[in-house]
Amino acid sequence: MKNKFDFENKIDISWCPGCGNFSIRKELLTTLEEMNLPKENLVLVSGIGQAAKLPEFVNASFFHGLHGRGLPPATAIKACNPELTVIAFGGDGDMYGEGGNHLLHITRKNPDITLFVHDNMIYGLTKGQASPTTGIGMETPLQVFGVSEKPLNPLALAISLDVTFVARAFSGHIEQTKEIMKQAIAHKGFALVDIFQPCVSFNKINTFKWFDENTYYLAKDYDPYDRVKAFQKSLEEKPYPLGIIYKNNNRKTFEENLQVYKNNKLPLYKNELDIQKVQAEIQSKS
Amino acid sequence: MIRKIEDSLVIVLAGQAGQGIQSIENILSTLLKRSGYNYFSTSELMSRVRGGINSTEIRISSKPIAGFLDRIDLLIPLHNDGIEHLKKRTSPNTIVIGEKDKIDYEKIIDVQFTQIAKEIGNAIYSNTVAAGYICGLLKVNLKLCQEFIVDYFADKDEAIQNKNREAITKGHELGKHLSELDINIEKSHTVKDQLIMDGAEAVSLGALASGCNYVCGYPMSPSTSVLQNMSVYSKKFDIIVEQVEDEVGVINMALGAWYAGARAMTTTSGGGLALMSEGISLCGMMESPMVLHLAQRPGPATGLATRTEQGDLNLALYSGHGDFPRIILSPGTLEAGFTLTKDAFNLAEKYQVPVFILTDQYYVNSRYNTPAFDTSDLKIDNRIIKTSPDYKRYAFTENGISPRGIPGYGSGTICAGSNEHDESGHITEDPVLRTKMVDKRLNKLQLIKADIIPPKLIGNNDYKTLVVSWGSTFNIVNEAVEMLGRNDLALLHFSWLFPLAENTLEYFQQADKVIIVENNATAQFAQLIKLETGYDIKDKILKYNGRPFSVEEVTHEINKLIGTGGNSEKQI
Repeated sequence: MKNKFDFENKIDISWCPGCGNFSIRKELLTTLEEMNLPKENLVLVSGIGQAAKLPEFVNASFFHGLHGRGLPPATAIKACNPELTVIAFGGDGDMYGEGGNHLLHITRKNPDITLFVHDNMIYGLTKGQASPTTGIGMETPLQVFGVSEKPLNPLALAISLDVTFVARAFSGHIEQTKEIMKQAIAHKGFALVDIFQPCVSFNKINTFKWFDENTYYLAKDYDPYDRVKAFQKSLEEKPYPLGIIYKNNNRKTFEENLQVYKNNKLPLYKNELDIQKVQAEIQSKS
Repeated sequence: MIRKIEDSLVIVLAGQAGQGIQSIENILSTLLKRSGYNYFSTSELMSRVRGGINSTEIRISSKPIAGFLDRIDLLIPLHNDGIEHLKKRTSPNTIVIGEKDKIDYEKIIDVQFTQIAKEIGNAIYSNTVAAGYICGLLKVNLKLCQEFIVDYFADKDEAIQNKNREAITKGHELGKHLSELDINIEKSHTVKDQLIMDGAEAVSLGALASGCNYVCGYPMSPSTSVLQNMSVYSKKFDIIVEQVEDEVGVINMALGAWYAGARAMTTTSGGGLALMSEGISLCGMMESPMVLHLAQRPGPATGLATRTEQGDLNLALYSGHGDFPRIILSPGTLEAGFTLTKDAFNLAEKYQVPVFILTDQYYVNSRYNTPAFDTSDLKIDNRIIKTSPDYKRYAFTENGISPRGIPGYGSGTICAGSNEHDESGHITEDPVLRTKMVDKRLNKLQLIKADIIPPKLIGNNDYKTLVVSWGSTFNIVNEAVEMLGRNDLALLHFSWLFPLAENTLEYFQQADKVIIVENNATAQFAQLIKLETGYDIKDKILKYNGRPFSVEEVTHEINKLIGTGGNSEKQI
């Protein structure tokens, strides 16, 4: 039987042939199917970019919003209906560049949502400009003298903000990525997974082969609950560690902190307004 | 000399931020209203937490009138700079009361508020002494004052309640004996039971009554009080109130909230709305309902952060790239603030469009008594449908409005995107579909016209001169027109600004002369009227120094324009 999160008919997918996004899509579809998530309760949220198009290619509800702005609606959707499973997607430009401020502050709320960042170290949709994670020295049509800015380290940033689940995956490794995705979605709290992904059209440096050669998996006995060690680990480059680098199960989620659910767990849309109470409130102004 | 006051008494309190003007006003508003006086107050503040000079006007009237007057009958400066600050508004008729040793004013009537408070036990009680003084002056029943003040400090311990009781009593005693003013303002039984609140509360209660259950914002004067009010309501009602990292996050969160089935509102001022602009455009593309409270203040940029202007009509009208429909409302009274905000949610839900509520600093910070709001027909126009597997979020329907589903309710998928999309919500670049979708969205502008609240005509139907106003200036302009007392003069007030009422032109064609009053520099509403009707309003009374119009200056300017006959643009 076909995966219920895939479409019955063939759809037109607008990524370049060979794009790492195809693997991520496949990994996601299998993950969702294997987790047996109820389809009507799944919402995929994204900003703009090649990665952010992913929800369009999954048979599920989606909110495909503005560039950099995936996380605010994702947070609000989960807050208004905690029964939903909310997964956000974006690229390195979308989430770490344009949406940087939202990422910083949403980590403070710790909503129970998952964020997959397809990190190909380049801007794809706008055709090959440097992204916040592009390596120093790379020449692009726009950075004609080569990139001089230090690349952003999303994992170190996330751990410094005590993001409750921080992982890195490589799109080329189907089984391992699926496992990380499953754990990220199952995790209660904000989960950030930075997924290395080759851009076959615009990044000729960080290729499939490059990622394969410059990454390694964390040892079986690695303890993700040690924040300081996790931070050290997140600073490692070439080879970059893959796997769940940091976890914290001790933070309350945003939804758990919302007063509105203290006595009544119903999603907001199910609440009836108590008109007499409203009338009394108005009358109290006399 | 004894001054007789019979219709309206204007008291102005002036002092530095932090000196307690607000505390005095808080005590007086409800107390004077409960004693049967029509009450109006408005504040002008400097953008600073301490120091500077702020003032609050309190107007007590025999009739329910709630407009700002320039005239000051009684000035109570709590700081010496208050005299200079208000020099232009005072006249030889103004009576000044204060502490002689602190205020340099020759004819001051010495009342030692602080000294009396210290004798009671602490200078902190001086505000209550001052409030008591004004109550004494207005012959408010002492027992009512005493009971009120104890209740006012109900959350403080008994000793503090008693000290305040003593303070209000002492103040009352002194005020009663001021012989320079002979006040005979009629009280009214109906006023006693009326509501009293400021504009921010009217808007907030409207939201509450419409089932608003998600409010987000970023603090920005003068819109923050709505955010705070909603936060207080969230202690009793099922409302999520969130302070967000920036206004870009605010609008995108609010969109997520509507998508998930909440009834969301944002509250901000011009700068914040400018940041929301792209999200407002997304609202247009997603056909999401949205309610945006925009409390205007003078721009551009930071402008005058704590002052007033009607300068953001064009911002509301044009914010967001691309073509999409919207509704813009702007209340002129508290009652309208309540009703229009309540209606805004239902309109947003019905037409799946953004609805703007334009207020301003003057509106949100003005407080007065108002008859009870009509809550007999409170209903939540909830149009969310339960979806089936073949659900299409943007299904073409006869009138262009697609039934709105939400995730988790039914078995359909809810696909909403910022790209042009097909009926199912998925990206398309098909030129035929694109045109159809644009037409579908814009057609709603035609549908909305059925719900437009027409402008309100006040005065003789056979007018020769028509004065036009919109939003917060209503009470001021209305009183000015009334004061002129001419039966060839009428007022046309708009609280529904866009889409413009279809019969607007007819009102103008009947008049020999049309005068527009706007608290901005470029007559933005007159521009809209010209764009929509072709009618060019040539006589304009414009004010953009950051202050509200006063009844006197509007009266004066209208008079001048009627007198001269020629067209003119008067800037105050």
